[in-house]
Amino acid sequence: MTTLATARRLTPRRPDRRVLVAGILAVWVLLWVVLRGRDTLVLAPADLTGLHRFLTDAADSIGAARGGNPVFRYVLDPIRVGIDHVVTFLQGVLAQPAFGRPVPAIGWFGVVALAGFSAAVFANLRVALLAVAGLVFLGLQGLWQESMDTLALTLAAVLLALLLGIPLGIWAGLSDRFHRIVTPVLDLMQIMPTFVYLAPLALFFLIGPASATIATLVYAMPPAVRLTAHAIRGVPETTVEATASLGATRRQTLLKVQLPMARRTIVLGINQTMMAALAMVTVAALIDAPGLGKTVIKALETLDVGTAFNAGLAIVVLAIVLDRVTTAASVRAAGARRGPAGAWRRPLVLAGGLVTAGCVWLSATYVWASRFPSDVDLGGTLARSADTATGWAQDHLSGVTTAFKDLVTTLLLNPFQSLLTESPWWLVALVVVALALVVGGVGAAVTSAGCLVLIVGSGLWGDSMTTLAATLVATVLVMALGITVGVWIGRSPRADRLIRPVLDAAQTMPAFVYLVPFLAFFAASRFTAIAAAVVFAAPVAIKIVADGIRAVSPTTVEAATAAGSSTWQVITKVQLPMARRALALATNQGLIYVLAMVVVGGLVGAGALGYDVVAGFSQGQLYGKGLAAGLAIVLLGVLLDRITQAAARRDEPGRR
Amino acid sequence: MTLRTTPTEPVARPSPVDAPDPMISVRELWKVFGPRAAEVPGSAELCGLSRRELLDRTGCTAAVRDVSFDVAPGEVFVVMGLSGSGKSTLARCLTRLVEPTAGSVRFDGQDILRADARELRALRRRKFSMVFQHFGLLPHRRVLDNVAYGLEIRGTGKAERLRRAGEVVDLVGLSGYERSYPNQLSGGMQQRVGLARALAGDPDVLIFDEPFSALDPLIRREMQNEVIRLHREVGKTMVFITHDLSEALKLGDRILIMRDGAMVQIGRGAELVAAPADDYVADFVRDIPRSHVLTLRWVLRPPRPGDPLDGPELGPDVVVREATRAVLASDRPVKVVEDGRLLGLVGHDEILAVVAGIGLAGEAHGGQAP
Amino acid sequence: MRLREMTILALTAVMLAGCGWQKVSDLPAVAGGANDCGTVNLAVNPWVGYEANAAVVGYVAEHDLGCTVVKKDLKEEVSWQGFGTGEVDAVLENWGHDDLRKKYVQGQRTAVELGPTGNIGVIGWWVPPWLVKQHPDITDWRNLDRYARLFRTSESGGKGQLLDGDPAFVTNDGALVKNLRLDYEVVYAGSEAALIQAFRQAESRRTPVIGYFYAPQWFLAELPLAKVTLPPYRPGCDADPEKVACDYPEYTLDKIVSRRFADAGGPAYELIKNFRWTNEDQNLVARYIAQDKLSPEAAARKWVEANRAKVEAWLPEG
Repeated sequence: MTTLATARRLTPRRPDRRVLVAGILAVWVLLWVVLRGRDTLVLAPADLTGLHRFLTDAADSIGAARGGNPVFRYVLDPIRVGIDHVVTFLQGVLAQPAFGRPVPAIGWFGVVALAGFSAAVFANLRVALLAVAGLVFLGLQGLWQESMDTLALTLAAVLLALLLGIPLGIWAGLSDRFHRIVTPVLDLMQIMPTFVYLAPLALFFLIGPASATIATLVYAMPPAVRLTAHAIRGVPETTVEATASLGATRRQTLLKVQLPMARRTIVLGINQTMMAALAMVTVAALIDAPGLGKTVIKALETLDVGTAFNAGLAIVVLAIVLDRVTTAASVRAAGARRGPAGAWRRPLVLAGGLVTAGCVWLSATYVWASRFPSDVDLGGTLARSADTATGWAQDHLSGVTTAFKDLVTTLLLNPFQSLLTESPWWLVALVVVALALVVGGVGAAVTSAGCLVLIVGSGLWGDSMTTLAATLVATVLVMALGITVGVWIGRSPRADRLIRPVLDAAQTMPAFVYLVPFLAFFAASRFTAIAAAVVFAAPVAIKIVADGIRAVSPTTVEAATAAGSSTWQVITKVQLPMARRALALATNQGLIYVLAMVVVGGLVGAGALGYDVVAGFSQGQLYGKGLAAGLAIVLLGVLLDRITQAAARRDEPGRR
Repeated sequence: MTLRTTPTEPVARPSPVDAPDPMISVRELWKVFGPRAAEVPGSAELCGLSRRELLDRTGCTAAVRDVSFDVAPGEVFVVMGLSGSGKSTLARCLTRLVEPTAGSVRFDGQDILRADARELRALRRRKFSMVFQHFGLLPHRRVLDNVAYGLEIRGTGKAERLRRAGEVVDLVGLSGYERSYPNQLSGGMQQRVGLARALAGDPDVLIFDEPFSALDPLIRREMQNEVIRLHREVGKTMVFITHDLSEALKLGDRILIMRDGAMVQIGRGAELVAAPADDYVADFVRDIPRSHVLTLRWVLRPPRPGDPLDGPELGPDVVVREATRAVLASDRPVKVVEDGRLLGLVGHDEILAVVAGIGLAGEAHGGQAP
Repeated sequence: MRLREMTILALTAVMLAGCGWQKVSDLPAVAGGANDCGTVNLAVNPWVGYEANAAVVGYVAEHDLGCTVVKKDLKEEVSWQGFGTGEVDAVLENWGHDDLRKKYVQGQRTAVELGPTGNIGVIGWWVPPWLVKQHPDITDWRNLDRYARLFRTSESGGKGQLLDGDPAFVTNDGALVKNLRLDYEVVYAGSEAALIQAFRQAESRRTPVIGYFYAPQWFLAELPLAKVTLPPYRPGCDADPEKVACDYPEYTLDKIVSRRFADAGGPAYELIKNFRWTNEDQNLVARYIAQDKLSPEAAARKWVEANRAKVEAWLPEG
C-alpha cells in the first residue's frame, strides 16, 4: 500500500502542461469555428440591464437622501471637515495665500531649503542636491504654485494613507485571517477605476480637497498596507521566537522587534504610496483638485501638447525627487547600524537646521524669496520644444506608426478579439477555467469560475471580452519589451543608468499628456489604447525583469561562460530560466498595470469597459453601467492576477 | 512504548536523578503536528505506528512522542539526535514556544502547561531563557541593548539594566563590543551576545537550542569551553540541544538520545558508549575515542584470586584516559574504590584494550577474564 | 567652530542686505470680499466655449461687482450635484441634459433654470473641408453609403467609421445609423481631444473622416468643418431614442443656478440672469484662449474692454 502510494507521488501526476494548454486552445478554436456568434451576450453601448438601472437608482436615492441623513451629518461631514482643514493648512503653508497674507506662509526659497535639509538628514547629501535641483526646476518651469498645490494634496493624502494603512498593514502582518480578508479589498481599491467612485465621492464629501484627497487615498493606500504586512511577515521567525522566549508581550514584540526590523520595507511602502498618490493627480483634477493635474486637463481641452507636457514633466520631476529621497531614506534606515556616525554630524545638522530656518524666515519675509522669480521662461521653451517635436514626429512618423498599428491589429488583436467575443460565453468560461486548472491549480480554477460568473452577472460579458483581448495583447507587447530591455539593462549597469530615468518618466508622466500625440500616430483606435497601456506598464515589467537578471548568481553565469557559452546562450539558457520567477511576477504586474489603463483607453477609442466607465462618469443615467463596468474590470484583474500568481508559484523549482 | 534504560549499570550510585526535587520534570510529553493532532497520543493504535505510517494514515507528524525525563538542579542535560529527531521541538515545548499536545512539564514543581499567558510570561522572564541556533538578535540594537532586552521587557529601570547587561557582557567576554551592532560581529561573538542575553535575566534554567551548530569548528570548541566555564561559575541548570555527539559528551552530565521523536536511551556519556541501547546508538558512538569517555567503572574486572591487592586506588568515575598513566606506571592492578568499597581492578590489559579501541565495552567488560 | 562663525556671518549679511528688499508685508492685501456681493461659485465644465462664458462672467462679477469668484473645474453631472450641496452656484452653459433637469430641477428641486445664454448649439455629423471640396455631395446623408468605403478603418469592421466623442454629449448616432440603414459603424473615440485630433489630421493629411461634432466650438475657427444634413428634425421625432431617424434639434444653451443662489438674489445672480451673448462672441473669446493661448482672465479682459456696451446691459440696475 504505502510503497504504491509513494511511487505514485514520485511520478509526475499529469502530462506536460504545455501540451495540455495547446490542446485546450486547439479545442477552443475548433469549437469557435462551429459555434461562433452564438450566446455572445453582447450589449450595445447605450443599452442597460436591470442591474445597471438598479445601481443607478440606488446611487440616486443615496444622493437625494443626503440632506437629512445622520450618516452624512455625523460621520461623513466631520471626516470631510477634518481633511479639508489638513489640506487647506498644507496649501496655506506651501502654495496658496493664507493666514491673512498675500502669499503662502513659506515661499519657494524656504521650501527648497527645507526639502534639501530634510533630504540630507533622512537620506544623504546626493539626493538632497537632487531635491534642491528638482524643486528649483519646477519653479523655472513656471509651475511653482501648481507644483506646491499638488505637493500639498499629495502629502495630505499620503499622510492619511499611512495613518490608516500602516496599522492595517501591521494587523494583516500579524493575523492570517485579516490578511485573507483585506487582500481582495486592496485589489478592489487598486484596480477599481477612479472614474467610478469620483462622482459618488463628490456627493459624499462634496467638491473640494476632501474628495480629491480621499480619491487619492483609495488608490494610494494599498501599497502601504501590503508592504507593511509583508515587512512584518518578513521578520525572521527566530528573532520573534527569541523575544517570546524572554517573556515579551505581543505589544513588546511588535514595538521593539517587529516594527524596527520592518522599518526598511515600510519606508519602501511609503515610497510606493507616494508614487501612487502622484499618479492620481490628473484624475483628481476632474473634481477640482488643485495643482498640476488641472494644468494638464486644461491643456488637453485645447490639445495644447506643449503645455500639458510641461506640467506632466513637473509631475515626473516631483515623483523622481520623492522617489529618490524616500528610497535613499529606506537604505539609510537599514544601514543606520553602521557604527557611530562621524562625531561632527550633530553640529553639522545643527548648523544646517539654523541655515534652513534662516531661509524659511527669508522666504516668509521678502518677496523675492517668497514668489518664484518669473524672469526665466523655461516652461515656455519646454512647451514649444515639445510642440515642435511632436509636430515633427506626427508629420514624419505617422506612416510607419499606422503600418505598425494595422499589423498588430490584423495579426494579433482582431483574431484574438473575435475568438473571445464571438465564442459562446460558456465556451470562453470553460476554456478559462480549464486553463486556470492546468496552469494554476484548483484554487485558481475556483477563483476564475467565480469571477467569470460575476462578469456574466454584470451584464457586460461582451465588453469584458473585448477589453480582455486588448489587455492580453498589450501584455504580450509589455512582456516583449520587458524581456528585451530588461535583459539589456539587467546585464549592463551603464544602460541601466541611462534607461532608468526614462522608465520613471514613462511611469509617472500622466497618460493624458501623451494621448494627443498617440492619437496622431494611431488615430482613435483600440491600438492607441494598447500603446498607452504599454507605455505605462512596460517600465514596471522591465524593472522587475532587470532585477531578476541581476539576481542570478554570478557564479552560475561564470560557470556557464567557462563552459564556453555564447552571450546568447548565457541569456537564454541560464539567465532567463533562472529569472523565471521574476518573469512571472513581471507578467502579473504588467497585467495589473495594463488594466489600470483600461479607462484611459476608453478616452482614445478602445470602447468596451473603459468607455462604459467614462460614460457612466459623464452621464447620470449610465452611472449604474459604469459601476458595473468598473466591477468587471476588477473581476478581470482578480482573475488574471490569481491565475498568473498561481502559475508563478507552481513554476518555482522543486514544486513541480 | 518501551524505553530501554541501560541494563548493565554495574553498581548503584547516587545519581542526580535520584535527587529529591528535580528542576525540570517532563512526563509523557507529546507534540503532534497535523489536522487531528490531539487524537494521536490517546490512541494506542496510532501510538504504535511508525512516523511514515502515521503520516499516511492521519496526515499527522509526531515530532515528540512520549518523552519523560528529569533534570536535577545544576545539571547539564543534553538532548541529542539527528535533524528531524524532534529535539528542537522538545526544547520549544519546554518553554511552550511550541504548545505540547499532551503530557506535563514541571519547572520547580510548577506545571507550565497549566500556566496562563501572564504566568507563562512571568516564567519566561524569570525562570528560564533560551539560546538559539540562529542567535535571534535584534539587528537594530547595539550589543548592550540586545543583552538588556530581556530586562527591558520585564520593566527593569534603564540604569539598572544597563549595569547588569554590562556585567554579563564582561562575563561572556564581549567587553569592548558593547556599542557594536550584531552584524558587525562574527558568528561566535554574536552567539556570545545571545548567551549574554539569556544570562542577563539571571534565570534558573538555560535552554540551548543547537547554539553552536552554525559556527566554525574552532569557534565551536571555544564556545563549548565557554559554556563549561560559565556552568562552573554560575552553576545554572542547563538543557542543551545538539546533533553533535562529541559536544554532547563534552558538556553533558547526562544525555538523552532521540530518534523520530522518541527517546532511545538516556544516561551518562560513558553508559552510552559502553552500553548502547541499540544499533542506532551503537552506530552513533562507534567513532568516539573510547578512552576519552569511558570511566574505570566500565572497564574494571572483578578481583581474581591471586591478584595483588596493594596497588594504587582510583575512583570509578575517573576517565580511562586520565587513569592510563597511573595504571601503566604501576606494576600492580589499580584498585577501583568507591566509598571505601572495592568495586574491582583495572590492569594493563583492560586499559590497553580501551586505548587501542579493541572490542565493545560490553565484551571488554564481560569477556576479559581468561 | 569656524562653521558656526561662518553661519552667523552669512545670516547677518543676509539681514543687512534684506533692508533693501521688498517685504511681503508691503504687498497689497488679498483682494475681494469688500462688497456686499459675496462669493460666487462657478462650475467650469471642461470645454473651451464654457470656459469663455465663465471667464467673462467671472471677470465682470469680480471687477464690476466686486464679488469673490471661485471657479471649480467639474464635469457636468458633478456640477449639478453641487447645487444640492451648496458648492456650486451656477452652470453657465448647459447643453440640453434633460435627464439632469428632470433629476435636479423637477426631482430634487435644487436647481433653477435661468434662461438662455444666447448661444445656439448645433450637433451633427461633420466632415473636413477638403473632403467636401473633393466630393461636394458628401454632405447629404443619402449619399453617405456610397462613400462608406472611404471611411473604413481598423476599428470599423469593414463598414464606414462614424467617429463619436466624449460620452458626456447626447448622441443618437447608434440608433441613427441603424434606422437610416447606413453601412456605418459607430466607433466611440471617448473624448473631445480624440475627435479634434482626428479632424485636424484628416485635413492635413487629406484622409477621410466623418464624425460627431458640435458648434459653437473653438476648433471650428481653426478648421471650418462642413455639416452633413440628416433628415430634418421635427419636434418629437427623437422621443424614442431607439427609433430616432432624424437630425439633432438645435439646442438653446442655457444657464442653471442653484435654488439657494436664486433665492438669495444678489448682484451676481442678476448678472448671470442678464448674461446673454452670441455664438460669434463666444467663439472670439474661445479663440483667444485656445489659439492665442491667453489666460481666461486676459481673454475676458480683452473682450470686455472691446464690448463695454454689451457688458453694461448685463449689470444689475442701481
